Amino acid sequence: MSKYLLDKFLFTVDRDPELVERYRDDPAGTVAWWEEHLANRLLGCATFEASTGQAFNEQERQALSTHDYPTLFELGAHPFLTLTLFIAMFERDHDEPLGFQLEYAARLAHHSLPYPDIST
Amino acid sequence: MADVVAVIASTHHPFYYRASRATGDDRPPFADEWVAKIERFRETLTRASPDVLVMVGSDHFHQFWLDNMPQFLVGKAPFYDANWYNEEREFGLPKMRLAGDLDLSTHLLRNGIDAGFDLAFSNELRVDHSITCPIITLRPEADLPIVPIYTNIFAPPLPQPSRFVELGRTIRRLVESWPSGLRVAIIGTGHLSLELGGPRQFGPHGPDPDFDRKAVQWISSGDIEGCLAQVTLDSLHAPGNATHGFMDFMLMMGVAGEHVPADYVDSLDLFHTMEAYFTWYPTGAPR
Repeated sequence: MSKYLLDKFLFTVDRDPELVERYRDDPAGTVAWWEEHLANRLLGCATFEASTGQAFNEQERQALSTHDYPTLFELGAHPFLTLTLFIAMFERDHDEPLGFQLEYAARLAHHSLPYPDIST
Repeated sequence: MADVVAVIASTHHPFYYRASRATGDDRPPFADEWVAKIERFRETLTRASPDVLVMVGSDHFHQFWLDNMPQFLVGKAPFYDANWYNEEREFGLPKMRLAGDLDLSTHLLRNGIDAGFDLAFSNELRVDHSITCPIITLRPEADLPIVPIYTNIFAPPLPQPSRFVELGRTIRRLVESWPSGLRVAIIGTGHLSLELGGPRQFGPHGPDPDFDRKAVQWISSGDIEGCLAQVTLDSLHAPGNATHGFMDFMLMMGVAGEHVPADYVDSLDLFHTMEAYFTWYPTGAPR
């Protein structure tokens, strides 16, 4: 399991307006493309200085590929990263102010303390 | 030597900028009260007539990332661009540019390291809303040079709360030993109880009003000992999953000093999280 790689996906997509839209429209395709091309990218380095061993396990790949943020929470993805990216993708679909944020809270309502560990 | 003419601790609420500017049907019902409180709070800094601002905040996974994560970092740059695409997207924050004070940065780094804090530094730092929110609320002219200091309240493993307090004490001492005749305000922002990306987020109040009441009491009375006795890295999960940002308030308690009551205290119970504003005048209240 790689909480780091989940976070790296959320981090790199959230900061790129084109990737935000691409992930919203085609989650499975974006995750597959990202894992092939960006998972091993050393951020801030020349592209040929890549890592060699970064990969999702099947549960992580599935959660990202289905926009399944409750499972991302259970897997220990950083909640700030998940929330920020999912607001960017889905707040627009709700008419009420904070509609998406409150739905998000409700879908996590079965969790009590302690929450899943987010340490990487 | 420099004078610390004001110490200010505040929440940093990224919704303020948009709420304060909204008109008509877009203006939230709490905006007028919020703006009035901010304007009174702003006056506490204005009256101190600072020349330079030391700004304590925390990067929210903007420039700092898990492949290279500093615990405490001092900006050492001639200028700081500010705010990021995702803050413009979610909060409507503007792009900004703030001047730096390289001489004070250099002084804090050299002497902070010699005092036992192995501070990281950055010569090219784009700051985020933890620094720009207090600029927007307290000094909207954005006309004073700054030294940003970032803390890691975000990516565990985190430093212990006592370390934040001790860094605050050190910053205060170092600013007062800066060979300069300038007037310095030390401003830091954090959170009271807060939940982000969890089941308690965006409720009608902060997730733990009892914690918020205790926190305001600790800060306003300078009860560092009492605060440290009850706050641990583990205990901060209970009030809300983003409450580790309270440690930046603890850092500012270290700046202000043990048992030094704040000269100005205000708060505002908003949905989502409580706002809280504190000002101390170490050299006496300005006339």
